[in-house]
Amino acid sequence: MSSAEPLGEGRWRELARQALARLLRTYGSAQFDLCEDAVQDALLQAYQQWPARSPDDPLAWLIATARRRYADRARSDARRRDRETRAALSQPTQAPEVAQRDDSLLVLQLCCHPELPRSGQVALTLRAVAGLSTAQIANAYQLPERTIAQRITRAKRRLGELGQPLPQPAAAGERVTAVLDVLYVMFSEAHHTTAGAPARDADLAVEAMHLTRLLRRGVPESTEVTGLLALMLLTEARHPARVGPDGRLTSLDEQDRALWNRELISEGIGLVEQATAGAEPGPYLIQACIAALHAEASDIAATDWVEILALYRLLEIVTGHRNPTIALNRLVAQAMVDGVDVALGQLDALEADHPGLPRLNAVRGHLLEQAGRPDDAAGAYRRAIAATINLAEQQHLRHRVRRLSGAPADPVQGPSR
Amino acid sequence: MKYLIIMQVDPAVLEQLTEEQQRQIGAGHGAFIAAVKESGEFIATQALADPSQSKVVRSSASSGDQPEVTDGPFVESKEFMGGFYLLDVEDEARAVQLARQIPDAVIPGLALELRPVMFADLGEG
Repeated sequence: MSSAEPLGEGRWRELARQALARLLRTYGSAQFDLCEDAVQDALLQAYQQWPARSPDDPLAWLIATARRRYADRARSDARRRDRETRAALSQPTQAPEVAQRDDSLLVLQLCCHPELPRSGQVALTLRAVAGLSTAQIANAYQLPERTIAQRITRAKRRLGELGQPLPQPAAAGERVTAVLDVLYVMFSEAHHTTAGAPARDADLAVEAMHLTRLLRRGVPESTEVTGLLALMLLTEARHPARVGPDGRLTSLDEQDRALWNRELISEGIGLVEQATAGAEPGPYLIQACIAALHAEASDIAATDWVEILALYRLLEIVTGHRNPTIALNRLVAQAMVDGVDVALGQLDALEADHPGLPRLNAVRGHLLEQAGRPDDAAGAYRRAIAATINLAEQQHLRHRVRRLSGAPADPVQGPSR
Repeated sequence: MKYLIIMQVDPAVLEQLTEEQQRQIGAGHGAFIAAVKESGEFIATQALADPSQSKVVRSSASSGDQPEVTDGPFVESKEFMGGFYLLDVEDEARAVQLARQIPDAVIPGLALELRPVMFADLGEG
């Protein structure tokens, strides 16, 4: 690959993605495998030929070559077994003269098809749109390569069974929500990875932000897409302060805010301001607004908790009060506004309705600590330690328990296994 | 999320199985493995030898710096861990749903125990 040095990996991935999008647009999603193989063939040819003589328009070259390879493959397939493929070859489902930005958007929507399981949506999106290899995706999720390969195969087969061509641009907006959810899961998983896990060669948070930017180019008018991008940027901005040198998580009140990435924060806040003007806000934009208020504050005391509490209430309303985790997060703000006793009372009610709600006892410990009840707080943290399956979170909670028992701060050490 | 499904077995129960039951269990595990491979949820499975083959390594008050090695299982018990499935599933409900499909689930005296995995290095990459 060093022979193709003039193009960076990012540019190759971009070209591959656009070529695949164009082929899918032409031949339909039922031919996903064939389109992907044809693009791979064309890329291989490009690797070999371009160092000697590179085309003026690399994308046009790649698409034209991939089309020829598609025809070759479809013909030999057709000869071998499949009449349907011949029909697909002779009848392109769409005219190819559609703007490129629509291609990318539609492939994103195809990969996030609501009929696919979440794990299939994520794997297929990372492969077909982000351009990651199966090995890179497997590495990012700490799963065997064959497990990821199987998910991708299965997702493509399912898309073939569904038999729908790519949705028309007019219907495109309907599937944006599904895409947003997939990208958000991808991003949050990246932020919940465990400290002490082996190094990964693909950063899922970076991929998710890249894909969200791509989606935003397709639907610049969607305030939810803009909201999700802002939420990601504002969350990512805090990342350098989130994990201490010993690999332990630090909560918002302990973070060194000087480590927050100001560039990401100002881009995120800019997007929030742009999207909120005159908008009826959706869940992602509201969460971005909350993240922006935290980002703007110099410390916990200077934070606009009244506004944050109001935004959490709004978030609960627009999500139909169906997500108890939002209520749980709201209680942290509520304690700052209405006092910790009010929040603790509501926490008990929340637990009665949702026993076993993740992180509930971590929040309870935090509130009890605020209320000046260290023994009760330690008890809540211990229950939270038993309930979490995240090693970094456990370390963080154990640190809290030790702090409450008056023990000295953590010795600097690697994560325990 | 990754789940370990632990097969809790009782040698006395295994002894009493008819050949037909043993054949069905073998076929059931084969079908289960094929199904979770097909669904992209399979990571690994292992069956362990009899606990009489176990060695235990641990330090004690009398062993000093060097841990001592003894024969037999860590815990004396009628049931022991006979093997496991390591799966990657959407959520706990799916893990339970899959565990119910394992042939051991319908044999009195055998059981499946599920626990989420916090850390895994599968030796790839």
